[in-house]
Amino acid sequence: MKKEKRTSSLRLQNMHIPSHILMIFWTFIASFPVYLLVINSFKTKRAIYNNPFGLPGIWTGDNYVSVVKGGNFFQYFGNSIVVVVVSLFMILFLGSLTAYALAHWRTKISRAVYFFFLLGMMLPIKIATIRLLELMKIFDLFNSLWSLFLVYIAMGLPTAVFILTEFIHGLPKDLYEAAYIDGAPRTKIYYSVVLPLIKPALATVGIYNLVPIWNDLWFPLIFITQEDKKTVLLAVTRLQGQYATDWPRVFALLTLSALPVILLYLTMSKQFVAGLTAGAVKG
Amino acid sequence: MQTKKHSAFRGGGAINPSGAYWIWYILPAIIIYIMFMAYPMIDSVRLSLYKGTTGARTFVGFDNYIKLFSDEVISKRFWNAFGNTWVFFAYHMLLQNMLGLLFAVILTNRTMKGRRFYQTIIFIPCTIAVMVTGYLFKLLLNPQFGGYALRDMGLGFLAKPWLGDKSTALNVVSMVSVWQWVGIPTMMFVAGLQSISEDLLEASDIEGCNSWQTFWFIKFPLILPIVGMISILTFVSNFNAFDIIYAMETPNGAPDYSTDLIGSLFYRYGVAGEHPIGIPQPGVGAAISTSIFFMLLIGVLPTLRATQGKE
Repeated sequence: MKKEKRTSSLRLQNMHIPSHILMIFWTFIASFPVYLLVINSFKTKRAIYNNPFGLPGIWTGDNYVSVVKGGNFFQYFGNSIVVVVVSLFMILFLGSLTAYALAHWRTKISRAVYFFFLLGMMLPIKIATIRLLELMKIFDLFNSLWSLFLVYIAMGLPTAVFILTEFIHGLPKDLYEAAYIDGAPRTKIYYSVVLPLIKPALATVGIYNLVPIWNDLWFPLIFITQEDKKTVLLAVTRLQGQYATDWPRVFALLTLSALPVILLYLTMSKQFVAGLTAGAVKG
Repeated sequence: MQTKKHSAFRGGGAINPSGAYWIWYILPAIIIYIMFMAYPMIDSVRLSLYKGTTGARTFVGFDNYIKLFSDEVISKRFWNAFGNTWVFFAYHMLLQNMLGLLFAVILTNRTMKGRRFYQTIIFIPCTIAVMVTGYLFKLLLNPQFGGYALRDMGLGFLAKPWLGDKSTALNVVSMVSVWQWVGIPTMMFVAGLQSISEDLLEASDIEGCNSWQTFWFIKFPLILPIVGMISILTFVSNFNAFDIIYAMETPNGAPDYSTDLIGSLFYRYGVAGEHPIGIPQPGVGAAISTSIFFMLLIGVLPTLRATQGKE
């Protein structure tokens, strides 16, 4: 008798009703603004006014057409993609070379270098802005995508070095001991043995940097004023002011700039979560 | 032996843990890191003792700091932004991180269904650019958006100028930011809680601990390092937050500087130029960023020591 009672209360407990209520409530809070963003971008001006929360009566793509036609939207997208791809490639390339060396080179100097990189994880690069802006002007990189590449590479290296070095340390030694004994050249060990082994860590580092770089406003805002060098987000700041009274167009503009990352996230959410929380999970 | 020096270039030679050739692998990364991060950061501290820009720079000692902390106009802005930043930080620490912990405890309960679904949704806002979030909420919080519909639903009191009212603006902006970022502490706590060994939890169950006791005496002490890391991350990101203010309340921290944060103050004085002069003062900007730097050190180092184990 007693046992039966206990299992039924256990069953009730395992349904976690209050927990589900809370999670459903927050899922609603988290997704409702995103839902409003997307559906309102398919409405007419009038429909937003009369029916702000429901699905559009008539779906219209006009807002998107006018956003893409006005402004050089493809150019902005292109710039953002170039910035992300070049920066990520260089972060992964230089970061993995450094990590490969730091994981094998065991002297006082290498430990000091490692520690020096770690310091950069704690400090936001924004506080270097005043000097960076002058440097870019001195090197004539103001209004050049190069200013963004260099800053993003510098900003991404500390975490890249940290994650990759720790990862290489954690690899079972016998995985490349064979190549090592064969006397294979170091550079060959790097690209034919180490690189394939650290692929998962490279993915983590890539995503860790992808989102902040794509979503960064600060450095484009300060380094770029020329129209044809603007990134998507920088263009959004200008266009949203220009369209201020045309809400459906602002919604379409914001959807266009947010959707690529959201979709990427939904297709590979596991790697995203690992990547975006990687910086904080120490050793 | 005599080829050793050159072999680094050819990529030859076996791995040697004390070989100085490793420096060649590190050099490109460290040059970029020093030139575009370490050096400008340290040099910003030096610039805070100067006035003017490249070419016309004069040494003024601590003048910029004196201005920042006691000049009638500038110090008023600075202390205002300083106070606002603490309010903004308190929201993230108390609301965002507590919610994150609560969600994570729920999401790591093995008998709970639909965990992956909830996790995926909670994290979506974290992938959106802060600026896009800001503009989106600026529209959604406009009393004209949905004003009629809300009144029809009997919710007319929700259609208020939340962002234009001095008494609500900072609170609303902070809550929007909490809305966006709660997924990060959630996921970190999930990772931490999942790493707690099953045996330990079983033992506490057998000992007759209720779930609150299990959380407080077993789980919480074990995830203390993560609590520390999240506190540090929150602190660092809040003390240079800028995008959300820029998007929702203009870089001036409207209305009437009530949402001005140290990040936006830094932008106005150091980069864009503060109204009404409109000319940036790099020295004052550098003094602000140096102050941020020291505040971060004062906040971060003790937290690291208190929470990151006894190594």
